Amino acid sequence: MEGKPKITVEGLMKAFYKKQGSVIALENISLTVEEGEFVCLVGPSGCGKTTLLRILAGLEQPSVGSFTIATERDDRPLQSMVFQERGVIPWLTVRENVAFGLKMRKLPKAFIEERTNFYLKKTGLERFASLYPKELSGGMKQRVSIARAFANDPEILLMDEPFGALDEQNRFILQEELLSIWAETRKTVLFITHSIDEALLLSDRILLMGAQPGKIIDEIIIDKPRPRKIEDIRKDPEMAAKFIEIWHHLQEEVLKSRE
Amino acid sequence: MEKQQLIRDESFEVEQREWKVRQRKERGKQLLTIVSPIFLLLLWEVLSRTGILDIRFFPPPSTIVQTFYDMIVSGTMAQHVGVSLYRIFIGFLAGVIPGIIIGLLMGLYSPIRHFVQPIVMALMPIPTLALLPIIIILFGIGDLSKVVTIAGSVFFPVVINTAAGVLNIDKIYLDVANNYQTSRRDFFFKIALPGSLPVMLEGIQMGQAIALLTIVAAEMMGATSGIGYLIWTSYKAFLLPEMYVGLILISFFGYLFSLILRALQNKLLPWR
Repeated sequence: MEGKPKITVEGLMKAFYKKQGSVIALENISLTVEEGEFVCLVGPSGCGKTTLLRILAGLEQPSVGSFTIATERDDRPLQSMVFQERGVIPWLTVRENVAFGLKMRKLPKAFIEERTNFYLKKTGLERFASLYPKELSGGMKQRVSIARAFANDPEILLMDEPFGALDEQNRFILQEELLSIWAETRKTVLFITHSIDEALLLSDRILLMGAQPGKIIDEIIIDKPRPRKIEDIRKDPEMAAKFIEIWHHLQEEVLKSRE
Repeated sequence: MEKQQLIRDESFEVEQREWKVRQRKERGKQLLTIVSPIFLLLLWEVLSRTGILDIRFFPPPSTIVQTFYDMIVSGTMAQHVGVSLYRIFIGFLAGVIPGIIIGLLMGLYSPIRHFVQPIVMALMPIPTLALLPIIIILFGIGDLSKVVTIAGSVFFPVVINTAAGVLNIDKIYLDVANNYQTSRRDFFFKIALPGSLPVMLEGIQMGQAIALLTIVAAEMMGATSGIGYLIWTSYKAFLLPEMYVGLILISFFGYLFSLILRALQNKLLPWR
């Protein structure tokens, strides 16, 4: 699969300065994500994967190095992020949350209305549109967060462990829903997770990260045809082998970081 | 199948009985809440009528109610209450509005916070009432001095809670706002203001209570009308029923104001 590069990161470093001992959070990260590719970053906690995502999201600055996101259309925002569960704004209704990015960009009212309705319907949130987030379950809140990001129609999507706080059954359901929405738009996605299963189900390619300092240690191509279902992944002996391969890598990293 | 249904019905019945017992206990507790003030008033009435309580200091509630009625009829009540409410209202606004504005600025801009915070912290512990003599010299014995005193007392809890309200907004909402390219104006109206509102309203609730405390004391010194004046002069003239009427008025308005603010809170914070 040789497409156009969509995200290009070159020699990116991030250090955190502290008086007693500075730390390197990310060391010499270089990577390319192609147009329309779904890439998962998997690594132990503290490996800097969230920092990398926050840099790409414009929420933090790299110490050294740079990244580019190729733009296709000028009227599109560069990126939108799907945050962890608390990222839904509690004082806005479900509808206002989904419309948030569009409203902030001051798009025409009718357009906002139409786009918001489309994604409310797509994520099954129509009935809950006028409720506040406190009345929603964790899974529903994450649907709001996903709808908000897709409605904004960015060049790329960044997802920071969006399903981390959900119970396993709900997580399976949302993963498949995400895949079905994604299949229609074919956005470029960079997705953080610490769940190997999740990465196997979602990704075209998995980037494995090691800790202290955070760096990319390996990449694994998942060429299983789409649409995929969690059952297919579980049944496939090749996927089981990949699971074990990834687990061995990560196990090493986790043990190393404990020394 | 039918047997199954019978067992189900039985389990519903068991739970229903339990539920009824719980309901009865709940009602009992509610009744206690209503009974307690009535009990206290009756006890007072009996004790002062039988002479166990000194009637000069503790006139029976029925006498106080009679005085209350007489004062309404004669119009003195309306005069005192009107003047005090006017002062509280204006003073409250004069304290709350700058409190909110300065509090928001402190919360949003850290240089302003660092500059203003020490001043606020140093002035806050000084009771505005201790400054009353100076305030009277500067602003006279009319309404203005009372308004200034109330505004001064109300300002501090509001400014501190508003600043804290902004600072306590979860960082993730700031990230969301940044990530979705929120303008400064939208950030203020869509994130900072609604996000700080719950804590800000707690401060306003506190300010309201302080305003009532302050008005009574402020009207005891250098005033010619108002509820505080009523309490003070009645006390000096040993007209204790009138004094108690003043106390009841304060208690009543305190309760009323916090009910109003609670209602406002529920209205402004449907998402809580």
